[in-house]
Amino acid sequence: MFDTLSSRFDGILTRLRGKGRLTEADVDEVMREIRTALLEADVNVTVVRSVVNRIRERAIGAARSQALDPGQQVIKAVNAELTAILGGETLKIAFASKPPTVVLMAGLQGSGKTTNSAKLANWMKQQGRHPLLVGADLQRPAAVEQLRTLGASIDVPVFSEASDPVRVAARGLEEARRLGRDVLIVDTAGRLSVDAEMMEQVRQISEAISPDYTFLVIDAMTGQDAVTTAESFHATLSIDGVILSKLDGDARGGAALSVKEVIGRPIAFASTGEKLDAFEQFHPDRMAGRILGMGDMLTLIEQAEKAFETDQAEEAAARLLEGQFTLDDFLEQMQQLKKMGPLGGLMGMMPGMPKELKGAKIDDDDLKPVEAIIRSMTRDERTHPGIINGSRRQRIAVGSGTSVAEVNRLVSQFAEMQKMMKRFGGAAALKGGKGSKAAKGAKKGKKGKAPGSFPGAGPKPGFMPPGMHDLPGSGLPGFGDLPGLGGPGGVPGRKR
Amino acid sequence: MEWSIEWIFLLLAALVVAFGFGVFVLNRRRAPARTDRPIAPAPVRKPAPETAVAPETAVAPEPAVAPAVVPPASLRDRMSKARSTLAGAFASVLGRSGIDTDTWDELEEALLRADVGIGVTTGLLDDLRAQVAADKISEPDQLLAMLRSSMRSRLEISERGLRFDPDLDGPNIWMFVGVNGVGKTTTIGKVAAQQTAQGRTLLLAAGDTFRAAAAEQLQTWAERAGAEFVRGAEGGDPSSVIFDGVERASARGIDLVLADTAGRLHTKTNLMEELRKVRRVAEKGTGRVTETLLVIDATTGQNGLVQAREFAEVTDVTGVVLTKLDGSAKGGIVFAIETEMGIPVKLVGVGETAADLIAFDPAEFVDALFES
Ligand SMILES: Nc1nc2c(ncn2[C@@H]2O[C@H](COP(=O)(O)OP(=O)(O)OP(=O)(O)O)[C@@H](O)[C@H]2O)c(=O)[nH]1
Ligand SMILES: [Mg+2]
Repeated sequence: MFDTLSSRFDGILTRLRGKGRLTEADVDEVMREIRTALLEADVNVTVVRSVVNRIRERAIGAARSQALDPGQQVIKAVNAELTAILGGETLKIAFASKPPTVVLMAGLQGSGKTTNSAKLANWMKQQGRHPLLVGADLQRPAAVEQLRTLGASIDVPVFSEASDPVRVAARGLEEARRLGRDVLIVDTAGRLSVDAEMMEQVRQISEAISPDYTFLVIDAMTGQDAVTTAESFHATLSIDGVILSKLDGDARGGAALSVKEVIGRPIAFASTGEKLDAFEQFHPDRMAGRILGMGDMLTLIEQAEKAFETDQAEEAAARLLEGQFTLDDFLEQMQQLKKMGPLGGLMGMMPGMPKELKGAKIDDDDLKPVEAIIRSMTRDERTHPGIINGSRRQRIAVGSGTSVAEVNRLVSQFAEMQKMMKRFGGAAALKGGKGSKAAKGAKKGKKGKAPGSFPGAGPKPGFMPPGMHDLPGSGLPGFGDLPGLGGPGGVPGRKR
Repeated sequence: MEWSIEWIFLLLAALVVAFGFGVFVLNRRRAPARTDRPIAPAPVRKPAPETAVAPETAVAPEPAVAPAVVPPASLRDRMSKARSTLAGAFASVLGRSGIDTDTWDELEEALLRADVGIGVTTGLLDDLRAQVAADKISEPDQLLAMLRSSMRSRLEISERGLRFDPDLDGPNIWMFVGVNGVGKTTTIGKVAAQQTAQGRTLLLAAGDTFRAAAAEQLQTWAERAGAEFVRGAEGGDPSSVIFDGVERASARGIDLVLADTAGRLHTKTNLMEELRKVRRVAEKGTGRVTETLLVIDATTGQNGLVQAREFAEVTDVTGVVLTKLDGSAKGGIVFAIETEMGIPVKLVGVGETAADLIAFDPAEFVDALFES
């Protein structure tokens, strides 16, 4: 999402690295670049102005300190400021002591209210609640029908009737009480902030149900207008939180920054795909790291913890470093990865990915042939790919619907990867112990032995597995220097 | 236990992704057009259709969409519902006795606020600065007039009519594509109402088989417009729905098929490939795609240009529909789309009823940005 923004920062910081210390002129130049980067990311002009001013002050102050190198100073200043804007906390939903907890969904046309109403209901269900959805969008053809279908798919009842939206909402509330549902989510029609009549209608809906939470749904692709919209919805409804939708695209999402800055309400949830479980609580404190190109490491880790069988992953990694990783393990890990969500999204979150790979569009389907090939192998072949000769290749190609060349490529790349990992494992072992030391060595070590470019990355040289950024050749400036972001092992407050 | 799960995972993630990716994806990208079997028993495609659609040749471009039924409201009137922050900036520029750095800053901010984007804005203002220096301009009103005309000149494409080829053997097909929620289905409804009012016979094909109740939504519009309607099974193959629609239109001598497609983010490769296929299969019979309209929401920021690039790559986009201009957003991203991609904006959406679709007029669009 913030890819280009982070690559731009990367560029600036690389240049600064060559310098001993920052002059004010350097700071000015950097600020111009940051301004441009923020504007390209659709951060609102007014917000950009105030943010850049604040960053400048921090940076100039830091430049005098002389304690850190200039790149570190600027990263710190930008990071601190962006973190401050995005807000330090995650919105915690406090459920009403007298149920139902009432939630009102509002926003422009096409922002994603209906889908996100259902996603929120699904999320509430996962929290052990019993939501009722109310379809109060009587404007757009088939909107209620859409909500009913979505409700049915997650097994959440939907109430609506052909009257008027204010009445539907009020009746929905009665219905929730009658049925003993403890959460009520009211979907409303999309409306423009300049449409006085429609804004009055939503105000009346709000009055009729006195929501505990009013969420504004904002499309991550929104440009400068995000501020106007947020301000006027906030003035009418008093927004409690924002749901940022369509975050699975490649928009840089500057709207998130703008909206947070102007209405001062947290981004509560992020919607990251068309499936109903592609919805998560937004972690503002992680966004700055992402903007800075360090990847949304924390989100990744959380997803990993959910999806992975810890022991199994550890074992696999150990085998990997010892060079005993088989194609079976590979297949297994691939399945685990898939549970975490679309691979394209994971790539975007991974820190230090070269931008060719980050920008590359990856679909889970792209990996299907890999899977097909491995599945077409016998168990022996998977454990000892060395035995795969010409006729076996032919058979595997036919069995998987691919070509012999593709099978060849997979087998030889796999062999190369194994070799490289063995070397890396060996180097790690020399420093005493297996992976943990390897990880540490990678984190600290500018001296560590680089395994060279990553074989699997094919024609893109220089790709390094995360956690090894500071090895020569990684080229991510400043990574590993920030407190608390130094590497996965250094994440504060995570136990293990 | 010192082993950190994070590290293990990240390593594996990188391995699996990079490995699988390296082996296949890049490989394929270099040698595309591998499999992709056609779904319908494929009659040989006639060689000529693409050239028949080229604007200079056979097709007579229409003057505009249905001038007879479109209310004569000008874009200016419809857009100016929203308080224009630009107009405020321009007023303040005019209020100054000369041209100074504040003038330039204000102009820049105004353009950026309209989502014109830093690239186009810088280009416009640099040209203007040079011109001001060369012609020794000192009056703010002269400056604004120059800016206005240079903005108009960036929207120079003259060909903005919808392409309809009356000499085709089969129906004309207009496809509508775009990211989620921009207004594709609604725009189809509006176009259908206006085209039937013009005397054409229409069929709407519900190519969005993905989103819940998308077909019902389109059906409502078809009924309102008195157009034929074809849908498929939910979750079914969109290309076959549209193919069926074209076949039915062909059999009944219907003039025009409007093909709805599911909203999709341009970053999803498989969905974009699906769209490529939809377009290909739509032309398997006698029908020809004579317009592929990319629908862009006026609230869209700089991502709009990326959308245009990606959709153009898979579907050969022939025009843009800029929706929701009745709101407070200005839609300035179209400057970048027109200048960089050469794709003309053809229609503008200014509301939710059938009448709220008007032809795009660059001069009025620019004027509306300046006045309030
Ligand atoms: N104010 C206004 N609303 C519009 C305009 N065009 C479409 N809309 C509204 O925008 C919302 C989304 O429109 P749809 O036509 O469903 O969008 P879509 O692109 O088909 O959406 P998906 O199929 O879900 O991707 C609806 O509420 C429409 O009424 C317009 O020009 N002005
Ligand atoms: Mg639609």
